Amino acid sequence: MTRIALQSLRKEYAGQVAIPDLNLEIEDGEFFTLLGPSGCGKTTLLRMIAGFNSIEAGTISFDGTVINDRPASERNIGMVFQNYALFPQMSAAKNVGFGLQTRKVPRADAERRIEQALDSVRMAHLKDRLPGQMSGGQQQRVALARALVIEPALLLMDEPLSNLDAKLRVEMRDTIREAQRKAGITTVYVTHDQEEAMAVSDRIAVMNLGVVQQVGAPAEIYRRPANRFVAEFIGKTNLLARDLLRQDEKAMVALGTGTELDVTGLVTPTASGRIQVSVRPEAVRAASSGLRATIVDETFLGSHSQVRARLETGEIIEFLEFSRRSSLWEEGAEVFLEVDRDMLTFFDLETGASIMQGTSA
Amino acid sequence: MKVAGKSFDGWTSVALLLTAGYLFLVVWPLITVLISSVSSGGSFTLDGFATFFSSRLYYGTLINSLMVTVCVTILAFVIAFPLAYFMTMFRIPGSRTIQVLILASMMSPPFIGAYSWILLLGNNGLITRWLQGTFGISAPSIYGFAGILLVLTLQLVPLIFTYLMGAWRTIDVSLLEAAESMGVTGWRRAAKVITPLLLPTVLGGSLLVFVRAFADFGTPMLIGQGFRTIPVLIYSSFVGEVSIDSSFAAAVAVIVIAVTLAVFLIQKFIVDRRTFSMTAMRAIEPTRLTGWRGWLVYLYIYSFLTLALAPLLVVVVSSFRNTLYGQFVAGFSFNNYINAQRDITRYVTNTFSIGITALVVLVVIAVLVSYLTVRRKNALTGALDTMTMVPYVVPGLIIGIALITAFSQPPLVLTGTFAIMVLALAIRRLPYTVRSTTALMYQFSPSIEEAAVSLGASKFRTLMQVIVPALAPGILAGAVLSWVTIITELSTTLFLYNTSTQTLSLGIYAQVIRGQQGTAAALSTILLVLTMLSLALLMRIGGNREIRV
Ligand SMILES: Nc1ncnc2c1ncn2[C@@H]1O[C@H](COP(=O)(O)OP(=O)(O)O)[C@@H](O)[C@H]1O
Ligand SMILES: [Mg+2]
Repeated sequence: MTRIALQSLRKEYAGQVAIPDLNLEIEDGEFFTLLGPSGCGKTTLLRMIAGFNSIEAGTISFDGTVINDRPASERNIGMVFQNYALFPQMSAAKNVGFGLQTRKVPRADAERRIEQALDSVRMAHLKDRLPGQMSGGQQQRVALARALVIEPALLLMDEPLSNLDAKLRVEMRDTIREAQRKAGITTVYVTHDQEEAMAVSDRIAVMNLGVVQQVGAPAEIYRRPANRFVAEFIGKTNLLARDLLRQDEKAMVALGTGTELDVTGLVTPTASGRIQVSVRPEAVRAASSGLRATIVDETFLGSHSQVRARLETGEIIEFLEFSRRSSLWEEGAEVFLEVDRDMLTFFDLETGASIMQGTSA
Repeated sequence: MKVAGKSFDGWTSVALLLTAGYLFLVVWPLITVLISSVSSGGSFTLDGFATFFSSRLYYGTLINSLMVTVCVTILAFVIAFPLAYFMTMFRIPGSRTIQVLILASMMSPPFIGAYSWILLLGNNGLITRWLQGTFGISAPSIYGFAGILLVLTLQLVPLIFTYLMGAWRTIDVSLLEAAESMGVTGWRRAAKVITPLLLPTVLGGSLLVFVRAFADFGTPMLIGQGFRTIPVLIYSSFVGEVSIDSSFAAAVAVIVIAVTLAVFLIQKFIVDRRTFSMTAMRAIEPTRLTGWRGWLVYLYIYSFLTLALAPLLVVVVSSFRNTLYGQFVAGFSFNNYINAQRDITRYVTNTFSIGITALVVLVVIAVLVSYLTVRRKNALTGALDTMTMVPYVVPGLIIGIALITAFSQPPLVLTGTFAIMVLALAIRRLPYTVRSTTALMYQFSPSIEEAAVSLGASKFRTLMQVIVPALAPGILAGAVLSWVTIITELSTTLFLYNTSTQTLSLGIYAQVIRGQQGTAAALSTILLVLTMLSLALLMRIGGNREIRV
């Protein structure tokens, strides 16, 4: 049960700045995810929290106590690694018991806890197996049990699912979520997979180039991205460059001829000029009137189709079509597209920052 | 802000301690050799070098050595390349056994090879006498250049063979198929595709052959006779046979180190620019050979094996022959063993006590050094890593000389002790053991170590309970290999022993020199058996692991 505070953290590798100045607060018992493209500094940050990386400036505190100088072995942290990092010469049970042994937990007590931990990840039946004799998924389960059994103050996971195949990944992420909930352990989870992040997290910090772009619940980040980077990184979106016009007291955006949208309540009162409109694929559907477009192609995906169409401006827009038609659209077919105004977000064209009301970076 | 976790910790002390020990016990003795090569009676002089280059008697040995080394290196490649090629490309009956036998011939002491060829082709040798008696013709002489070439080549072919086999295993079959699809097959493919891929290995292997052949003392000493190589010159000048200035032996030693170092650096320069990393997804699948080609290939392989192993068999058989005043006479018995019982016991006991102590020292240091260089990379550990490579370019004989020069006077007098034997053997083997342990350490994922630390284990505990046990099979295999080279080592300890520290290999040498053929054969047999048993153990624990010497 730990609250984590990162203040003005800075990390350099041989003079190269990896993280310039980072602030985050992670709540007690929270499942907190660091999400971002490869190389953005997620691992770096996680290893700073774990105590494996030096800290060039700033502080890390657990429950208000600065722990910068506390060695990794005394931070009481459970860690799950991408490559499992099980001790190859020890059985599953021995692996799980290692942390208890270093903590000098009495034998009988330790055995009971090992049993429980393995049981909680459904690995009790393989407790005598060596890591080499287990599948990747099984190894990761043991690794999770090994991290949880010591009842750590904090659970850290660095891309724990990325070595597993797609089906196992989904199964395993549920296991992780369930185990974390049950134990109530504050967790920092690292992934570059936005879908995975959405599925497991209480809150997500989206990172780019060592800088936190936005912190928020999955839905908030998806619906109200703080900037263009977040909008593009989380889910798919169409970005249309337009002019935000001020007429009388109103703010208006023309998506195309005859589709002028009143966005007065949506954008900040001062916003105007060149902007970018972020249109999620699910915000668009074919209708009897609206934006005029011609079909470029349609990919049938079972429950829905993924359609690309060319607007009059020449821009290509992608959307999802759920209607049940007997045949797919032909290339060149004329359609009208209706856009759900409330699902749009707006960014300053130049800075990429959100100009939505009530969004903070 | 302080650096968490990586600050000045116990490991820094370990690194400092190892560095200090190494400087004192290895680097300083070598520096004393360097100093004594350029000083006489306390003043600076280049007389030692001048003497060396003034007489053909002296500098001729360098030419002889280079000649031997170059010929051996080329010959060994010419013989080993087809051997490795056949073993990789074709299904050879008894392939596994052949590889074990080749390994055995590689690991057997070279001076026993020399000795056994004397038993066969020497003045009083089996073949010599048979040819003389049956046909009245005299056999080609085993003494001199040809003999050295024969013995060293047979000894070193297996080494290159092992290297090539290892490299071959990293070549993906798709590369060969790609070549084939472009119409490049057979020998053209071998030349155009395979050879460039093997080149770094070939160069690495030739360096090893060069170092071994250049520094080998036992073989030229036993069968060189008039053909003197530079290690023989070092030996005789150091023991005072050539009674000149004391700086002379040191000067020759410095020249030898310089040549080896130059070759080492050239090789490193070439290899560094040509190394590419490969891992075979699909290794080459050997195909079946039929018809006369098959027979030729088998003939080649089995001929080599016979040539490499038969001499050893001769030694074993000879050890049971009767002797009179050291010379073989008719009849067989256990007399050689029975008569030398006391000596045998002493030699074997010393071999084990000194060998095992050296091995333990060696393995502990190698584990610490490789851990430091892989996991605690910094200027200090980098320097330590480089320093441990120093004995690689220093022939054993010179290590012996360096130790005796440095530690025969205060502050530390070690001459004639058990400790100096252990020290010499450990130093000699250190570069190899550190390399192999470092390779193991690199394969070991750092996150496993971090997992242990995050679970609350101290760094020392992590090393002892997680890393070492996980690497144990590899470390053990390396240790057995080191053990074999320690018990068969001759030149390093030649200046350092006395009767209470004489080992089997030193005993064999002494008996051969004294003309005690029977005892020498018996001791050689014991050493061979010991070597083979160790290798059998290695096979059991090492499985199919690649074996590098
Ligand atoms: N040990 C290191 N030495 C030097 N640079 C590093 C090291 N580890 C990471 N970096 C650099 O720091 C940046 C962040 O890397 P990392 O934290 O691994 O990213 P992520 O985990 O988000 O993919 C990258 O530019 C990377 O090249
Ligand atoms: Mg990473």
